[in-house]
Amino acid sequence: MNGGEQIMVSSRAMEIEAQAATWLRRKAFWDWTANEQAELDAWLREASAHRVAFWRLNAAITRTERLSALRGAEGDEQTKKKNRFLPFVIRASAVLAIVCVASFASLSYYRNSLTESYQTPIGGREVINLGDGSRVELNTDTVLRTNVHAGVRSAELVRGEAYFQIRHDTAHPFVVEADGHRVIDLGTEFLVRDDLGHLEVTLVEGRARIDAKAGDSAVLKPGDVATVTAGKLSVTQKQQAVLANQLGWRSGVLIFKYTTLADAASEFNRYNSKKLVIADQASARRTIVGTFPVDDVTAFTDVVQDVMRLHVSNRGDEIVISR
Amino acid sequence: MAETPETDRKNAGENPADLLAPEVEAWFVHEVLPLEAALMQFLEHNWRNRNDIADLRQDVYERVCDAAQKEIPASAKAFVFRVARNLLIDRVRKEHVVPIEAMADLDALEVAIDMPGPEHNVIARDELRRLQAALDRLPPRCREALVLGRIEGLTGRQIAQRMSVTEQAVSIHIDHAIRALANVLYGDPADIRRKP
Repeated sequence: MNGGEQIMVSSRAMEIEAQAATWLRRKAFWDWTANEQAELDAWLREASAHRVAFWRLNAAITRTERLSALRGAEGDEQTKKKNRFLPFVIRASAVLAIVCVASFASLSYYRNSLTESYQTPIGGREVINLGDGSRVELNTDTVLRTNVHAGVRSAELVRGEAYFQIRHDTAHPFVVEADGHRVIDLGTEFLVRDDLGHLEVTLVEGRARIDAKAGDSAVLKPGDVATVTAGKLSVTQKQQAVLANQLGWRSGVLIFKYTTLADAASEFNRYNSKKLVIADQASARRTIVGTFPVDDVTAFTDVVQDVMRLHVSNRGDEIVISR
Repeated sequence: MAETPETDRKNAGENPADLLAPEVEAWFVHEVLPLEAALMQFLEHNWRNRNDIADLRQDVYERVCDAAQKEIPASAKAFVFRVARNLLIDRVRKEHVVPIEAMADLDALEVAIDMPGPEHNVIARDELRRLQAALDRLPPRCREALVLGRIEGLTGRQIAQRMSVTEQAVSIHIDHAIRALANVLYGDPADIRRKP
């Protein structure tokens, strides 16, 4: 529903809302005298219909006060303080473009007959179009070797995390190897993450089979997350919303929904060379809600400091968070 | 700010000072308005004539606030939906109209609207992003007038000069912007989280 359309409908409520908007506009945008305030108070006392309409619009316009922080930088101290929140909103979209350009520039691959190698640096992100119409997105600090030519379609995830969108071909199933385990697509989009001996495969769409090194195997359906830790294969289900958060990196952001600071910090540390360290257990267990550019640790520490009221200090290569 | 009981036709007999009580307004803004998206969906599901929806919403708010004037309800969510439900039943009886679905469906719907309560711990950053998104959805001229006023701090007169339009035109843009902003911030069904 479009806000504009709704306004066009003429009704008792809309007439009152129009009057409330006029009062509010005069109060917020034009000179306002004590006399006018008295008139407004009288109008508000006239009917609860007037009050709720005015309160509702006033609440919306009051929320825009936060935007006043966008005002010129030469403001007083308070304006400056508010400003710290703003660059993030504006920067967010620019960051994505920069990340793409930077990682394309730093992409290093060497041809070795039919095998190609791709590598992203810490904080990098890369999209690879394979010759067969499939597409792979590499996350930070990832190494992938691909082997796609007539009759053979395979890739090896040496380390890191990659999102595979596979063009299905029954005659030539796509195989991803990681740590000696194999993921075989059966018409698929999936995410493979290799964390030093801990392999995680998330199936987003379609079907795939995972064959663990030890010999056990499982067929995955959308939302399934297969993990192999110490050679043991297990499968759990994740909700769509959780999956979406997990895939935030594909658009250059980390999405936290009641994520502990410990987990949030280790996510950030995957993308940045300056590492976050949480000094005490109590702080590590605090949870956070929010979306941050993967490379903007400062945006994160600002929230930790200003909203969560924790102590943030810079120590060489580390940023320490404590009570 | 003289109290003038005679202007208080609807609530004669009560202390008129209470009518502008900040507690009731605060309760309405922080507990009731965040439910608007769910309320709108509830009304749209249960009322055939879409042209009535704005009036129905307004009636719900009036009843809810009249009650809050006497005592703030313990659970805003339960209270708002009970009032909405009763209002629809009243309208059906009074106007002899047939609602879209049999009213028996109401209980099921009430459960289906499984929206978490207002998030009190929304991070400032999220709020800014939400505002930015809301502004993006306003018509361009309305947004421009609102932004000049709220962000650059210009008066209506200065906005008119900056936009090279009459003050009257600015008034129209701003009135429209205020109303559209409230709809986007509170009534936008895209915000609602429902069970699949």
